[in-house]
Amino acid sequence: MKYRDEYRDAAAARRLADAIARAVTRPWTLMEVCGGQTHAIVRFGIDALLPREVTLMHGPGCPVCVTPVEYVDKAIEIAGRPGVILCSFGDMLRVPGSDGDLFAAKSRGADVRMVYSPLDAVEIARAEPSRQVVFFAVGFETTAPANAMAAYRANQLSLANFSMLVSHVLVPPAMRAVLEGPGNRVQGFLAAGHVCTIMGLADYAPIARRYGVPIVAAGFEPLDILEALYLCVRQLEEGRAEVENPYSRVVTPAGNRAAQALMGEVFRVIPRRWRGLGDIPDSGLALTDAYAGLDAERRFGRVCEGDEAEGECLSGLVLRGERKPTQCPAFGVRCTPERPLGVTMVSSEGACAAYFRYRGATAATEGAA
Amino acid sequence: MSGEATIQLAHGGGGRAMARLIAEVIRPAFDDPELNRSHDGALIDLAGAVAFTTDSYVIRPLIFPGGDIGALAVNGTVNDLAMCGARPLYMSVGLILEEGLPLALLRRILASMRGAAGAAGVRLVTGDTKVVDRGKGDGIFINTAGIGAVVAPAPIGPQAVRPGDAMILSGDIGRHGVAVMAARENLGLEMAIESDCAPLWAPVLGLIEAGIRVRCLRDLTRGGLASASVEIAETAGVSIVLDESAVPIREDVASACELLGLDPMHVANEGRFIAFVAPEDAERTVELLRTHQVAAEAAVIGRVSAAPAGRVSCRGALGVARAIDMLSGEQLPRIC
Repeated sequence: MKYRDEYRDAAAARRLADAIARAVTRPWTLMEVCGGQTHAIVRFGIDALLPREVTLMHGPGCPVCVTPVEYVDKAIEIAGRPGVILCSFGDMLRVPGSDGDLFAAKSRGADVRMVYSPLDAVEIARAEPSRQVVFFAVGFETTAPANAMAAYRANQLSLANFSMLVSHVLVPPAMRAVLEGPGNRVQGFLAAGHVCTIMGLADYAPIARRYGVPIVAAGFEPLDILEALYLCVRQLEEGRAEVENPYSRVVTPAGNRAAQALMGEVFRVIPRRWRGLGDIPDSGLALTDAYAGLDAERRFGRVCEGDEAEGECLSGLVLRGERKPTQCPAFGVRCTPERPLGVTMVSSEGACAAYFRYRGATAATEGAA
Repeated sequence: MSGEATIQLAHGGGGRAMARLIAEVIRPAFDDPELNRSHDGALIDLAGAVAFTTDSYVIRPLIFPGGDIGALAVNGTVNDLAMCGARPLYMSVGLILEEGLPLALLRRILASMRGAAGAAGVRLVTGDTKVVDRGKGDGIFINTAGIGAVVAPAPIGPQAVRPGDAMILSGDIGRHGVAVMAARENLGLEMAIESDCAPLWAPVLGLIEAGIRVRCLRDLTRGGLASASVEIAETAGVSIVLDESAVPIREDVASACELLGLDPMHVANEGRFIAFVAPEDAERTVELLRTHQVAAEAAVIGRVSAAPAGRVSCRGALGVARAIDMLSGEQLPRIC
């Protein structure tokens, strides 16, 4: 397949892995930020090709994983109201709130619909003017432009029956939070390629400088990831901490200006609480005053943020890159995709789900060996 | 039946309207002498071992690129019989119609069932019709049951699979699931992906007649290649190692799956099967299958070994193995 198979070539992957092995002289811990990259790493076994000096920790870039439980609860509560149609991306439907998920709400009679694009939710609102249509707007900078477009379109159409429950988060502040964590081990980052596509690279130079970490924009195919790992290791070995962009076929330094402009019109930056990571300053998006009329929290009541109680689940440590999924005693034993203790085992982009799916329940014992 | 454009509750009421629907629409559509006797059941002569199976069909949309619920309901049961090594002979058809179903759509689906039955050489000999209130059904639900005559010389099933056996896949995967999802969700993919919905008895019969030592057959439906492999590994208590690079997949299907974040290994098929055969028969099996259009891309994709029992793994593009498991629920498209 064009633009895919070229980046999955086994011989080229071997060459890059060898180059990493030649470059490395001491142990380094690197983090890939995005859950999509985590899945590619575990699915293709990229970590198995690396020299043992290089440890990969998996980052917080799983939009479903970091959405606070209170927002899931709010979405379920709104969905249960008469006359409401709650629209969500499919991945969000299985995320457990404090009492069940949106699938369970649907089975109890709530009108919960999976959409592929936020504009589909706007279309539903247009087609059903007597119903309140609420779109559950979650995700990073990658989904924010499309969600902003939905808000823009709804305003354009003067839709009185459309609103959005917004729990948007931003990647660079989360990278800072990881680096400032008391147990941080991360010495270099693979930046999330799709986020860079939208936002460009400007946010990363200050982080690289301040914390002394190399940041390399990385794609999602095996060769993209291996090349970024090579550049990251080379920087570390040479004592550099710079921003590099080998993913230039997709990422430009300035990013997608049209998307940024629309995001700027619809959203403003606010502090946000992340599931597993806690409060992070300037790490979220909320609707601007001009779009406040579309705020589902205004229509259906504010989300009350409570204290997290994850019990035995270590997903907070996993999301911060302090533990690997297989270093959790519950992994594969008391925590499986069918009976998840935490959201990193639920989402298709969650690190625990990736390990379980591609390495099986026994990954824990194999990882410990 | 002129003037009546849709199914009404009366069509399931047991009275004249129902009798007319059956006499004027359903029975002529299938036109089987046994069905035409209008008795409470079909009387058929059977000798020897028979295979007996049933399946219910619910799908949205009812008509999708490459097929419809009618073709699906016939081929699905035909294929279940074929996987037992049995020649499909007779079938029952239970129709659950939703009030408001356009009659023209019903006629089209029935015609499609007849076409599929003819192509598979199976007779539709008995049936039942019910009507449910509007909103209580997805247009039409169909149940079919099938009886087939076992022609395989040795029992075909997971229990017959043994270490060393070769695993052969009859063709490219993922087409049905992607075609239906694209049609249902109006994804606007700029590609024409059609369901692979097809009867599989002919290629199976070819293997049996050629004396291939067939251990187990399994058609790939919901859950895809992954679920079928895991089911067999678990039931047979063996290990299966797949080679991903040997699994045929069309470029447009692979693209659509990439875009939606779906793993083609888990995507549904309706005209594909895997065959476990004795290792010495592997190459001949592939050659024989490839003489059938429906299995023209057959390939050896894996091997059976003794341990670890119940496990399936897959050697990926980089040569590193990963575990293959059933999904806990349905596959959901990713967020970004």
